[in-house]
Amino acid sequence: MRALPDRRGYFGEFGGKYVPETLMAALDEFERAYRKVSRDRAFRREYESILANYVGRPTALTEAPKFAALCGDFRLFLKREDLNHTGAHKINNAIGQALIAKRMKKERIIAETGAGQHGVATATACALLGMRCVIYMGEVDMARQELNVFRMRLLGAEVVPVSSGSRTLKDAINEALRDWVTNVRTTHYILGSVLGPHPFPMIVRDFQSVIGREALDQIRRRTRSLPDVAIACVGGGSNSIGLFFDMLRHKSIRLIGVEAGGRGPSLGQHAARFSGGALGVLHGTRSMILQDEFGQIAETHSISAGLDYPSIGPEHAYLQQIGRIEYHDCSDDLALEAFHRLSETEGIIPALESAHALGWMLRNGESIKHSGIVVVNLSGRGDKDVPQVMARGDAPSS
Amino acid sequence: MTRTAKLFKRLRTERRCGLIAYITCGDPDVHTTIRIIAALERAGADAIELGIPFSDPIADGPVIQAASQRALAGGTKIGDIFDIAERIREESEIPLIAFSYLNPIMRYGLKRFSESARKSGIDSVLITDLPADEKLSLGKLGMIFLLAPTSTDARIAAVDRASDDFVYYVSTTGVTGARKELDPTLLERLGEVRKKVKKPLAVGFGISEHAHYQTLRDRCDAIVVGSAIVRAIGDGDAAGAPDRAASVVRRVLGR
Ligand SMILES: Cc1ncc(COP(=O)(O)O)c(C=O)c1O
Repeated sequence: MRALPDRRGYFGEFGGKYVPETLMAALDEFERAYRKVSRDRAFRREYESILANYVGRPTALTEAPKFAALCGDFRLFLKREDLNHTGAHKINNAIGQALIAKRMKKERIIAETGAGQHGVATATACALLGMRCVIYMGEVDMARQELNVFRMRLLGAEVVPVSSGSRTLKDAINEALRDWVTNVRTTHYILGSVLGPHPFPMIVRDFQSVIGREALDQIRRRTRSLPDVAIACVGGGSNSIGLFFDMLRHKSIRLIGVEAGGRGPSLGQHAARFSGGALGVLHGTRSMILQDEFGQIAETHSISAGLDYPSIGPEHAYLQQIGRIEYHDCSDDLALEAFHRLSETEGIIPALESAHALGWMLRNGESIKHSGIVVVNLSGRGDKDVPQVMARGDAPSS
Repeated sequence: MTRTAKLFKRLRTERRCGLIAYITCGDPDVHTTIRIIAALERAGADAIELGIPFSDPIADGPVIQAASQRALAGGTKIGDIFDIAERIREESEIPLIAFSYLNPIMRYGLKRFSESARKSGIDSVLITDLPADEKLSLGKLGMIFLLAPTSTDARIAAVDRASDDFVYYVSTTGVTGARKELDPTLLERLGEVRKKVKKPLAVGFGISEHAHYQTLRDRCDAIVVGSAIVRAIGDGDAAGAPDRAASVVRRVLGR
């Protein structure tokens, strides 16, 4: 398969390294360290042992027939990233990067977080490996993901509230980058999605690709065939590219990414980059970005903090452009409906992020071929969202 | 040759260290920005960096972040920068350097930006999040790239090659913001960089005191003063902003 990104970190016209000069040496150092550990058997053994004995991989693949019946006529399998230690896929990447940071002799770790899942995963990795940890989080997100803020603090991390701009994920990344520029010699920045300057989109993808590798294997063993459709929600794009990466070369598999449709299509009310965005550069990478006509980054809205971000990973922009992955969106209301339905029918409370993938299926199940095999990435569990759903006063259906 | 390149030639013949003043355009408003620039020139600034406000200024500290937000809240648009340059050009030949993040320029259109900038009298451009390797075509505008304390020899050579008018050395690892003391490693590092860079060298980030100017005047071609000026502009009413900005320049120059 084509080896992307290219040497300069591009996926077609997307990607690159658009950062202040101060960070360029650190990005090169990180890439060199990554290439070195990729060839290092001891590193792989250590990483895989932590995934198996600490994170709990491989995660289960659960058939969800009752939820499937609400959507259409097909077999539905959920890839249970919610069963990972800390409750989401984010830990696959956090552990990998923390191990590299350790080899680079960086004793301090910083990270941004939106939903808090990446912050919790990073704080956990740091507790495990004995590293100092500082997490940047927008004040709006701190309010709606209060539980995760407390979890991070329990794990020994310092959580720094970010009060600039829209006070969400975008602004947390701004602050993390400012910290990194200042402390670059001693600090590694564990970016939480397939975003940012090269080599982050490549490295995060590689660490998350375990999701799709396992899922393909599990589906094949259970059904003796390939899946027909794979669906995942897309914030920055790490759980989705993690599921899709090994499937890209199987041309028969239909790949669907679901963005946050929020409250509707006007700018500021959603985080659907492909329907509302334009080519630009934000946080070090050239991609599709929600912005106004003057190039100022737009505010976004989503009920789920993890999807509430104006840009999308550059590899997604490329795969959308060449038509390999199709992207759709799912509104706040539909995601909430799916949140309830999955809980009631299958006994699984999904993260609001993951509920977007399920919500799209609730309305568009008929577009999926009859008796096909569908795999959805259940990227995280919904415990963190329970207080938010409770506060909305949404009654369970019975 | 751009006005910026000519200035650096003149500074070398005069054996003088120049002062480049940074301001955020549209803070507190476009009209006042024009008056501030005139006052900065009268106070002794040799060139002006016209900061184009951006919603997500990752290389800036709190002072310039706040100024950008005020300018954007006041409705400043990228087109206003060209109006400001035109007005300055009616009376002055001071070099004008557009200072921006990449996204607003991309959205405006690279070609359209370079044409509008040249036509309005802007000489050069510095894009904070554009490393020298990604050199874009911006027509006849002089390109200025940053060097940092962390830059390797290979990058120093690449930045030197890619820069047209001068190389901008970032004095410390960090974001913009006035600092009381210079980075303790600056002088040694600057000495090394100076030997490797053929283009004129300006030093910026954190410079705000007369003592900084005295320390640096024999070690580089120009210093850049930003946050100290921007803070003074924000520290009172619009009418007094030009005087407050000018007094920072006079103080740093020791006049
Ligand atoms: C459970 C869960 N799913 C999805 C996401 C979105 O991120 P990505 O698109 O990188 O998977 C997040 C981000 O916080 C998350 O916590």
